Amino acid sequence: MTAVALHNVSKRFGNLLALDDVTLDVGSGELVCLIGASGCGKSTLLNLVAGLDRPTRGVLQVAAERPALLFQEAALFPWLTARGNVELPLKLRGVGRAERRAEAERLLATVRLEGNEARRPHELSGGMRQRVALARALAQRPELLLMDEPFGALDAMTRDVLHDELERLWQQTGVTIMFVTHNVREAVRLGDRVVLLSSRPGRVVDETVVDVPRPRRIESHAVADRAAELTTRLREEVSRHAHA
Amino acid sequence: MLTRDVRDARATHDVDLATLEAGLDALEQAEPTTSRRARLWAATWPKLVAVGLVLLFWQVVVWTGWKPQWVLPGPAKVFSRLWDDLVHGTLLDATWVTLRRAFSDFAIALVIGVVLGIAVARSRILRSAIGSMVTGLQTMPSIAWFPLAIVLFQPSETAVLFVVILGAAPSIANGIVAGVDHTPPVLVRAGRVLGATGFASIRHVMLPAALPSFVSGLKQGWAFAWRSLMAGEIIAVIAHANSLGVRLDTARQNFDNEGLMATMIVIFVIGVVIDALIFGKLETAVRRRYGLVDAAADA
Repeated sequence: MTAVALHNVSKRFGNLLALDDVTLDVGSGELVCLIGASGCGKSTLLNLVAGLDRPTRGVLQVAAERPALLFQEAALFPWLTARGNVELPLKLRGVGRAERRAEAERLLATVRLEGNEARRPHELSGGMRQRVALARALAQRPELLLMDEPFGALDAMTRDVLHDELERLWQQTGVTIMFVTHNVREAVRLGDRVVLLSSRPGRVVDETVVDVPRPRRIESHAVADRAAELTTRLREEVSRHAHA
Repeated sequence: MLTRDVRDARATHDVDLATLEAGLDALEQAEPTTSRRARLWAATWPKLVAVGLVLLFWQVVVWTGWKPQWVLPGPAKVFSRLWDDLVHGTLLDATWVTLRRAFSDFAIALVIGVVLGIAVARSRILRSAIGSMVTGLQTMPSIAWFPLAIVLFQPSETAVLFVVILGAAPSIANGIVAGVDHTPPVLVRAGRVLGATGFASIRHVMLPAALPSFVSGLKQGWAFAWRSLMAGEIIAVIAHANSLGVRLDTARQNFDNEGLMATMIVIFVIGVVIDALIFGKLETAVRRRYGLVDAAADA
């Protein structure tokens, strides 16, 4: 089963060609990481898949109803409590009060935030906020989870913990994940497959199946070795722009 | 021993993660702040000292004999007169008349300001047409409107209402416009992804995001309304009604300076109470709820 299929997709903003002829299939339940340097159109790609924008050319098929999207900022609503934030997508779908409260509490427990339901975003740490955002995304019952450098602003230790957390939730829910990052190790730590994008315009230049068994550790040799290979490829790509 | 450790480590992997996470969470929690009573006292005593100093200064000026006592009475005389007027006189009635007028006029200004604010915030055409005019209206001193108001409506409650609206509504409208304008785009985007589009986006994202700015607009609008109302009650005198403004004017005409200053104290106290205790508290509560203030830094 294919969750997301892009066939020769291009996206142009005025004179800028952000994505050029991208062909990519993401299987159902797969965790695919997209890496690339600045200007590779990673965010553009996710926006297209999320339905926030339309491709200029090519065919894009998304099997999931309403994909959930996570950003680098947790983007929690500061006027709502953690529970209120998780309840919002349920409220927008017309779920009744009691049911949505119970569901929000269950989801917050899933990301291990029980006892923090009544706190407001500014009372939570960065890592906790991202977990609330993750719970809020899960409240959409997504079949597809799009993540745009979601852990980029966190300290290394918190990020490692959230990698474990995300992996656990992914295995529990069977959700398909497209995870964008510029951190090659993070990509290797998480991905079934890592897709390398070139910059200006964004093209798929490499795909690697990560054959390191799970559970993985970011500091393990296997992860580090794969990451080193990919980093070399990424550097080659970036170097091409020095003479362009 | 070693093998058992390894097995345990595998079995408790999940528990370890939970514990590690709980540890990180606990370390990153905000420290508990000082007690409510301590904060209240820290905020109150400088104000009490300031009031004391003003009263002292006033008394010293009276003692120097700069003006005769019937022109500039001392604090003791004025406060005892204030007590008399409140308990035995009609000052309380006048205060009630003025306050009722203030609230009803402000309520009308509020409705107009909110409608205007939402319209300007949502419509590009309205914004370019009257957006800057609304801001311009704020800079117009309210007293400058009265001659026109009297020409249009005669010296009447309507004339006062007209000026109060012109003073307060633009501030309230501007509060909404600024709040909607400054809604972080990432929240609007997050809302869209969660399913909040069209009206739901306004209802669940834009309006709540605009709330702190709206409350600031309310506070400012009230200040304008209160000033306009006082000017109105003095200039566009509604002669038969006993109000604070009318009392000021009457006292001045009768050389009743004690009565004049007693009424001024009431006006001052009402201004402070409503501005600081109602709108100020509301503003702080909203800002704290939104995480816009450091809990230790509020006063």
